[in-house]
Amino acid sequence: MQKNSAETTANQICYHCGEDCESRLVTFDEKPFCCEGCSLVYELLSENNLCTYYTLDQNPGISRFQKKHDGYQYLEDADLKASLITFSNGIETHITFHVPTMHCSSCVYLLENMHRLNAGVIQSVVNFPRKEVAISFKESETSLAAIASLMSEIGYEPHISLASAEGNKPNLINRKRLFKIGLAGFAFGNIMMLSFPEYFSLGNYFDQNNLKYYFGYISMALSLLVLFYAASEFFITGIKGLLKGYLNIDLPIALAILITFGRSIYELRYGNGAGYFDSMTGIVFFMLIGRYFQDRTYETLSFDRDYKSFFPLSIIKINKGIEETIPVNKLKKGDHILVRNNELIPVDAMLIKGAGKIDYSFVTGEAEPVEKFRGELLYAGGKQVGGSLSLEVLKTVSQSYLTKLWNKEVFQERETQQYTFVQTISKYFTLVLFAITASAFFYWLPQDLPRAINALTTTLIIACPCALLLAATFTHGNSIRQLGKKSFYLKNASVLEKLAKINVIVFDKTGTITEAKFADVVYKGAPLSAQENQLLKVLFKNSAHPLSKRIYDFIKNDSSIELTTFEEIPGKGMIASYPNFKIRVGSEQFILGAMQNALLKESIVYVEINNAIKGYFSIKHVYRSGFASLIARLKKKFELMVLSGDHDAERSTLQFMLGDTTPLYFKQSPSDKLHKIETLQAKGKVVMMVGDGLNDAGALRQSDVGIAITDQANYFSPASDIIMDGRSFGNLYRFIQFAKTSKKIIVISFVISLLYNAVGLFYAVQGNLSPVIAAILMPISSISIVLFTTIATAISAKINL
Amino acid sequence: MAVLVLLIGISLLVAIGFLISFFWSVNDGQYDDDYTPSVRMLFDDELVEQKSKK
Repeated sequence: MQKNSAETTANQICYHCGEDCESRLVTFDEKPFCCEGCSLVYELLSENNLCTYYTLDQNPGISRFQKKHDGYQYLEDADLKASLITFSNGIETHITFHVPTMHCSSCVYLLENMHRLNAGVIQSVVNFPRKEVAISFKESETSLAAIASLMSEIGYEPHISLASAEGNKPNLINRKRLFKIGLAGFAFGNIMMLSFPEYFSLGNYFDQNNLKYYFGYISMALSLLVLFYAASEFFITGIKGLLKGYLNIDLPIALAILITFGRSIYELRYGNGAGYFDSMTGIVFFMLIGRYFQDRTYETLSFDRDYKSFFPLSIIKINKGIEETIPVNKLKKGDHILVRNNELIPVDAMLIKGAGKIDYSFVTGEAEPVEKFRGELLYAGGKQVGGSLSLEVLKTVSQSYLTKLWNKEVFQERETQQYTFVQTISKYFTLVLFAITASAFFYWLPQDLPRAINALTTTLIIACPCALLLAATFTHGNSIRQLGKKSFYLKNASVLEKLAKINVIVFDKTGTITEAKFADVVYKGAPLSAQENQLLKVLFKNSAHPLSKRIYDFIKNDSSIELTTFEEIPGKGMIASYPNFKIRVGSEQFILGAMQNALLKESIVYVEINNAIKGYFSIKHVYRSGFASLIARLKKKFELMVLSGDHDAERSTLQFMLGDTTPLYFKQSPSDKLHKIETLQAKGKVVMMVGDGLNDAGALRQSDVGIAITDQANYFSPASDIIMDGRSFGNLYRFIQFAKTSKKIIVISFVISLLYNAVGLFYAVQGNLSPVIAAILMPISSISIVLFTTIATAISAKINL
Repeated sequence: MAVLVLLIGISLLVAIGFLISFFWSVNDGQYDDDYTPSVRMLFDDELVEQKSKK
């Protein structure tokens, strides 16, 4: 086996992860890899005879390139461990990890064969839909930290979130509903069987021998079980809603169940029928099945990484000059902690050392960092941009405090103030339904009591808005899934509705509509020494700006040293120092103080070391593939705008592509971008912002639909509503069209189900419809709606995507 | 036809048997994951012998 690195190659695809190898090609065992990380994983797997991993799916691995490797030592903390594990007897321990990166059958294969990589693992079982792996291991042979870092090494970094550390095991599988469905189905089936004589009026024998009553009482016993157990959730939510002063859709269902039951008892006792227990249990059975599918859809759609996962779980505590990593919830008042560049501040704390530049964009959406000085109070949730900070803890953390902060204000505000289309409709629907039912009942009451009761029950059953609700849920669910298949990830269903409404699209430039390929970086100027190169590499590593990333890729030296000080000035450049070195890099204006050469076709990053300008990196921009054709399509339907933080060297090219009327703004600061969006919104526009989520987090947050475009799946901006893979950029127009079609599908299915309701109601209010037929029609209408939306979204996805 | 009373009782008992077995299977976690097993069964045999199943 030989191992060597080649300098340049044309489009080799990494055998492990399928990424373009670009310059980083590493050949191992005659297979191409994009980085050392991937080849190491391959080596590990091949040593353990696990190469089947590569035959199940093509390039199944997860890119190991530029992945941060956090230590998992904090997992050995007894309290934290106790809150994470599901079972332990001191010898054997069970734990369930959430692994958001699993995505294919190869992943299942590898994760379930973990015992071959670590002998201490007894068994690992994957639950793919929930993206969980349940591991049992021997305490004597391995440890939680060892398993976590093994998983992280092979690319399946376990996601240990605050929620799990708090001990609330994330939503346990809801088996209760299955029990209820089973019970309701059992009762429904058996009561139907007992009702056959009734359905077909079989003979006198049946009437004479009181068999009817015998059957009736068995049915009643069965339906009592359904009433008190299976149907309980309808009553509970219905009453809860009533107590809070609003009518929810569970209320009519609960009423219908109750009335059908009461009426059946009455008939059994005084009348001459076996009642309508079959209808009652049928309603419950079908409604529960509907709910089950609804839940399942929601489950698969849950946004893989929530905001909480961005809060650090461990922190470096400085104890008498010694740094130690401890879990955040172990922090005490008065502790000294160290927060490094790009780390989040986990607690309210006082700054005692270092220059604070705190970016609260995760919390407020405002991307401009706030300067903080010694002695100032720093609130939890801010991110330090620049050098390391020493802080003194002012408040002990309850983990829930962080969560609360995260959910606070900005994020919540929006969710609640906007009622979705469906919510509004169903609110009025319930009211209208009650009005119709009541009037039908009181119309018949003076003339014909049984008929009045019949009208009352059938109206409630037939007009149940479940078809309406299912329509929206299923359409949204399917649409989000279809879009997800194309690497276009929506935060939730309301984003889909907003996406269909937009009329202005704003683009960021660098990193959004252009991408800088590694091959297009050139260094010009005085030669740099090895140490200078090394320092520059570390410097660029600290910044998340797309240009920095490209230059980081370009410089070949290793990056294991630490800078003494570091500061990033968004939109301008970076300043750093190291013993005997003072380095400044950044834009022409930042370094030279003036623009000399504004007509350059590429982005220039100047390098200044110890007050001498050494030279510059020039990065040629390439428009993302499909940009021109995308713009040509978008231009016809939407107003476009470009907000760029860069110089206007490409103004003429862009103006030509986007058309003369499209406003282009250059040299925009993050807050300029935000204000431009606000201005548009003030004019009543519904704005979609497409950015890279770095220096436009505020604008993304402010826009109605914020799309963060990313070339590496591991970057995530919580300010955005949608995350889009850079490679599917050219499909943006199709995605919008698809969202619009989805909205149409919902409207159509609403119309269909309203028609069902209208026809059903027409008969029901006359009191002519028997509850059995109503109970059969109701689920049929629901099922047909579900079928319609599923098929329609699938067709729409075929056409649009 | 009086036997009907008995037969109905037996049929209910049988049905209750099925209901209990359904509850049992749910409790056992058989319905927790309805996708992964379909993938797992396609893995090659060499692995099965080494896998320690409960």
